[in-house]
Amino acid sequence: MTAPLLYALAGALLCGLGLFGLLCLSHLLRKLLAFNVMGSGVFLVMVGLPQHQGGPDPVPQALVLTGIVVAIAATALAVVLIRRYYHLSGLTTLDAEPTSREGGQE
Amino acid sequence: MIQALRISAIAIACLMFVAGLAASIWAIAGNPLPESLPQLLSENMSRSGVEHPVTAVLLNFRSYDTLLEIGVLVIAGIAGISMAKTTSLEDPELRTSDSLLYALQRWFVPLMLVLAGYLLWAGADRPGGAFQAGAVLAATGVLMRLGGIPMEFIRPGLLLRLGLALGFTVFLLVALASAIGGDAFLAYPPAMAKTLIVVIESVLTLSIAMVLLALFVSAPVNDAEDPEEGGSS
Repeated sequence: MTAPLLYALAGALLCGLGLFGLLCLSHLLRKLLAFNVMGSGVFLVMVGLPQHQGGPDPVPQALVLTGIVVAIAATALAVVLIRRYYHLSGLTTLDAEPTSREGGQE
Repeated sequence: MIQALRISAIAIACLMFVAGLAASIWAIAGNPLPESLPQLLSENMSRSGVEHPVTAVLLNFRSYDTLLEIGVLVIAGIAGISMAKTTSLEDPELRTSDSLLYALQRWFVPLMLVLAGYLLWAGADRPGGAFQAGAVLAATGVLMRLGGIPMEFIRPGLLLRLGLALGFTVFLLVALASAIGGDAFLAYPPAMAKTLIVVIESVLTLSIAMVLLALFVSAPVNDAEDPEEGGSS
């Protein structure tokens, strides 16, 4: 049991935590945050697991660097979409129950 | 009652997911690697044109990923801009005019621009490179926008589109040129590798910064009570 392996296992835990949040939370921003937690878990696994086997490995690190930039762009795009959705519908959740209305357009 | 059942079912499913993932990580960690990637990389470093292994992987050995990445960024940026009200991308009314922020900016903006240039150049032999430099450049843009410095180029128009597409276009042209020249797609000629990598990194920095800035500018700021947006639907 080395420290990098601990990182990889923590990444697996983060993945599960993010998945739970993605499925259970109803607010769209929270869903997005949960999705990001899940992505961070994947990054942690990708960096931690090769380090356990043979020291720092530049190949997965480069892939994770690529992944981080794509994740930022995807998150920003998701925020733009959520904002637009909120402006058009006044809802912050996907299921159109009248109880979930919170302000927005009348 | 049903809600509680549903949540506990999801929780159990997620726990099983974590357990499966952890088990597979444990199994992979127990097996020795058939072939060592870091060793393979260090043997080929002299052919890459740069000295830092991560940059060598990003811009040479796995440049296909980077090409696709900047493609994804450009698509995200275009989608983000098209979601926003086109006039709101750079609206003088939306600038805050905080005098303290403005004074701070006069010190910070040149410093951040120099830092971005340094990060770009440092990528050759130490941690740094196009993404870090692009992030700093985008942060400079965000600061400039918040502090009320006019940025004409962020208006939807030729300049913005050019800046968004520049990195991807140059990268793709280099890739196609080597393919037409009889080599593999994205294989740089070894003599020119350093020059090509520096050119690609520079345009990538610019494009990444533009995409992130465009996404930031198109996302927030205007009021939730804005009658124009969504009012017509």
